[in-house]
Amino acid sequence: MNINATIIGQIIAFAVFVAFCMKYVWPPIMQALEERKKKIADGLAAAERGRHEQELAEKRAQQVIHEAKEQASEIVSQAQKRGNEIVDESKNNARVEGERILNSAKAEIEQEANRARDELKSQVGGIALAGASKILGREIDEKAHTDLLDELVSRI
Amino acid sequence: MASEITTSEYIKHHLQNLTFGQKQVETEPGVWAPTGEWGFAMSSGEAANMGFWSINVDTMFMSILLGALMMWFFRSVAKKVSAGIPTASQNFAEMIIDFIDDTVRGSFSGGKNNLVAPLALTIFVWVFLMNLMDLIPVDIIPQIVMQSAGAIFGVDPHHVYFKIVPTTDPNATLGMAIFVFLLMLYYSFKIKGTGGFIGELTLQPFGKWALPINTVLETVTLLSKPFSLGLRLFGNMYAGEMVFILIATMYGAGLVMGSFAGLLQVGWAIFHILIITLQAFIFMVLTTVYLDMAHQEHH
Repeated sequence: MNINATIIGQIIAFAVFVAFCMKYVWPPIMQALEERKKKIADGLAAAERGRHEQELAEKRAQQVIHEAKEQASEIVSQAQKRGNEIVDESKNNARVEGERILNSAKAEIEQEANRARDELKSQVGGIALAGASKILGREIDEKAHTDLLDELVSRI
Repeated sequence: MASEITTSEYIKHHLQNLTFGQKQVETEPGVWAPTGEWGFAMSSGEAANMGFWSINVDTMFMSILLGALMMWFFRSVAKKVSAGIPTASQNFAEMIIDFIDDTVRGSFSGGKNNLVAPLALTIFVWVFLMNLMDLIPVDIIPQIVMQSAGAIFGVDPHHVYFKIVPTTDPNATLGMAIFVFLLMLYYSFKIKGTGGFIGELTLQPFGKWALPINTVLETVTLLSKPFSLGLRLFGNMYAGEMVFILIATMYGAGLVMGSFAGLLQVGWAIFHILIITLQAFIFMVLTTVYLDMAHQEHH
């Protein structure tokens, strides 16, 4: 327990160790620690950003789904409307067509009837003329009485 | 414990440093004269009379060995340090460094200073390692040194001393404290300027009319800092070592006492783990605080 030159040796040893630590140990390790701190902070910030973006994307997806549903229901209702329209239109068409066919048939029938009547008239004229000629013989001039007969025929 | 030496001799032997200096001879009881040769002291009396220019080889050897070990470990970590996933040793070093950094940040407010944190790290780890030597059973290393010195150099093993705990040598603790004191003075002069520092020593706390009283008070305050710093560590470790030695003396007193001593030694060692860490921590924190005070300007 004597105070001797050891005390000087200890001061020197201590100073050397402190200098070594100060120059070669502390700065690199501290720098690494700082770097890691920064890395972790960056990572956390990135994670936060990612979560925020995910939230936005989810919101956007919800919106898109909502819009799609709306559009789909609109399309369905439009299709229904269009369907009804088509049905109505065909019904109309059918009715119109039916009427047209009916009319044309009626017209044809009338035409046929007229023709038959005309034919009948002409034939009736001829028959009457022949009958009359037979009854009257040669006394009646065919040419002089044709106008009379035609008038007769048109009255029938 | 050898049977031919007494308990008191055993204790004295354990408390004696291996001292190298100018050889002394006892011409008559209590009177020592130098022989003119240099060598190791062969008794505590001779060591005590070697004067200032002698050196405790065991203290120097152990402290430099432990300091080199510490620096080797931290340097090896610092060489391949990475900001990515740390290796096990890097993790361990980082844990210590983070702890030191936190403590220094907590108690040092003197702005940017590249010295204080590495200084605190060196103090904490070095003092801890030196204190840790206290947990090695007291006889192992001294006996190895004694027997090998006896075998190699042919000297009487009973006159070979070896204290493996450098912090039980006041030279080591006061040496560190003096270095801290020099740093305190350096920063005091640097930050406050010569006038400011002298003013702080002479014009406080009673104003300029009580200058002599102020000077005495402040000088005592200033000087007591390194002194208490060094002696606190020395006292704690010396007392702890002493208890280990006293427990060790019981091993020679039969089976029952020996077993009891074993129990005591384990108990004290467990308790001592706390003390050695705490003392290292206190030395570090006080150093930081003293340097912080050296940076503070009083108005």
